[in-house]
Amino acid sequence: MAIMSYREALNRAMDEEMEHDASVVLMGEEVAEYDGAYKVSRGLLEKFGTERVLDTPITELGFTGLGVGAAIAGMRPIVEWMTHNFALLALDQVVNEAAKLRHMSGGRLSVPIVFRGPNGPAEYLSSQHSQALASYWVHVPGLKVVAPSNPADAYGLLKSAIRDDDPVVVLESEMLYSDKGEVPDEETLVPIGKAAIARAGTDVTIVAFGRPVKYALEAAALLEKRGVSAEVIDLRSLRPLDEGTIMESVARTGRAVVVDESWPAASVGAYVAHRIAVERFDSLDAPVEFVSSEDVPMPYNHALELAVQPSAGKIVAAALRALYLEE
Amino acid sequence: MSEWNIELGWKLRNDMVRIRRFEEKAGQMYGLRKIGGFCHLYNGQEAVAVGFSSTVDHERDYVLTGYRDHGHALAAGMEPDAIMAELFGKVTGVSRGKGGSMHLFDPARGFLGGNGIVGAQIPVAVGVAFAQKHRKSGGATVVFFGDGAIHQGAFHEALNLAKIWSLPVVLVCENNQWGMGTNWKRVSAVDDFSLMASAYGVRGEQVDGMDVLAVKDAATRALDDARAGRPVLIEARTYRYKGHSMSDPQKYRTRDEVDEYRKQDPIYLLEEKMKAAGAWDEERALAQDDAADTMAADAVAFAESSPEPALHTMYEDIYSQDPFFMGRRDGIHAMPSRNPATGRA
Repeated sequence: MAIMSYREALNRAMDEEMEHDASVVLMGEEVAEYDGAYKVSRGLLEKFGTERVLDTPITELGFTGLGVGAAIAGMRPIVEWMTHNFALLALDQVVNEAAKLRHMSGGRLSVPIVFRGPNGPAEYLSSQHSQALASYWVHVPGLKVVAPSNPADAYGLLKSAIRDDDPVVVLESEMLYSDKGEVPDEETLVPIGKAAIARAGTDVTIVAFGRPVKYALEAAALLEKRGVSAEVIDLRSLRPLDEGTIMESVARTGRAVVVDESWPAASVGAYVAHRIAVERFDSLDAPVEFVSSEDVPMPYNHALELAVQPSAGKIVAAALRALYLEE
Repeated sequence: MSEWNIELGWKLRNDMVRIRRFEEKAGQMYGLRKIGGFCHLYNGQEAVAVGFSSTVDHERDYVLTGYRDHGHALAAGMEPDAIMAELFGKVTGVSRGKGGSMHLFDPARGFLGGNGIVGAQIPVAVGVAFAQKHRKSGGATVVFFGDGAIHQGAFHEALNLAKIWSLPVVLVCENNQWGMGTNWKRVSAVDDFSLMASAYGVRGEQVDGMDVLAVKDAATRALDDARAGRPVLIEARTYRYKGHSMSDPQKYRTRDEVDEYRKQDPIYLLEEKMKAAGAWDEERALAQDDAADTMAADAVAFAESSPEPALHTMYEDIYSQDPFFMGRRDGIHAMPSRNPATGRA
């Protein structure tokens, strides 16, 4: 096992896949000469050249659509969005083109493309640059969506995404890029559609994805000190969603806390909570708890922006409510 | 009239007549409610699709267009039966009844749709051209769009990308003068769309879109440039006889205006040239017309007699491998097991 950062893990995944398959190209703003706005593509231009690592103008709709076109004509593009906030300019190309071309063509077209970039809150960026937009993609049939929470999954999920014959949206996190963790030395694929039990437990199930998995694990450690054994499920893949792992866990614990750093309405977390309430009605000993961001645009002020988001403390409080242990 | 011969004239006429008769039949079928939703007919614009397709190499080139796509699909050599069946929503349609009038596809003939969002096909087409260049296929991509689409950011972003990456693509604005009910002059900063090319350092050319031979010449020049890595913008000035879609009452224009353009009808114009060249043969023309009528009637018969898609097909053609779905799959159970319209399962 090597210790590497989330950023390095993503870079390794692209490096290996570009090595494997000449049809894989990377395009986006600043991905080539600048090594990526967040340095995720460092060194790739030098290794693969200007025909495979392409700086685009600042035209999200244009280069996202260009990637879709290249995908239906036999390539496997990786489109980097500097952040998912800017991907809103490309929403039409993802929702109406990438996700629909197979369907509208009666199965005749394939769209093997990866859309990736940082999603979710960062720090001191106010409301246009600190948004968790998973729902925008998860809502859409025809897309797959993954959200790695650690370097090993960042590596293995991105490799799977690049090899996938369907469009895959990868939700990275700016706040995770420098996090370090163990990544297997040998080439490893993490399958899309399979959740992980990040920590085993018996009293309450905490379901999270992306960066909040860290908070969920912190919360589980705090709960342990109070004699509560929390199981943490890292969804890893949001579409498809591994309901089996969630439901098996909740059947054992009888209590569930769902965490999502998005706004509450029409969110992935709200959907997961709904599914648990329907599928595990007979097992539940308490209402499903839901910890989301506050339903407000992100403020610039640091104390305010932290208070807006899920935290270990909020998750602990939710778990205690589910266990009827709140003070 | 440069570089054309009599047989070419007959071929171009035949291709245009086939589109015209197919569209007339589609319009009738819409009136009979055999076709639903949006149905955008191509009558009047045939010279643009046919002029280009006579130059396009369907083995290595690609064509993309918007939702007014029946003519382009026929010009690309797609089967009229399967196109009409798609309009009828039948499982034998080119898109298995999933796409309808606006979404015709045939990758084997290089026809990549059939796109319903105004202008969205332009960046996609530029990406197809990117793949052609990257794979050194020698092919080029032709993308058609209307006078409405040219004001979308998608057009401008895509043309800039095509230029900076020297992509083999021809952008063809079919200016049929009406973006739905809005006259193009009311919403355009320029009165010649080919000028827009200069903003991106590419060659722009305006062509009479009612003159199939002029279109063919412009297309040949444009494809030569594109294959050499020089993208081109063509404005083909044309006119649609029918409404924006079948549900358009057309209160925005006069009968006289439509009649004026019918005097410049692309089929009529070509016939006049053939007559002037001493190449006219009335019997041969009638035979072409009859064959086109038969083609359209056969397509309707095929569509009529084709089965509806089975309900379970709603779950197909969404992902490459194992399908998966959020929530429960109630679609099959919630629907009657027999389609009440057809009595078929």
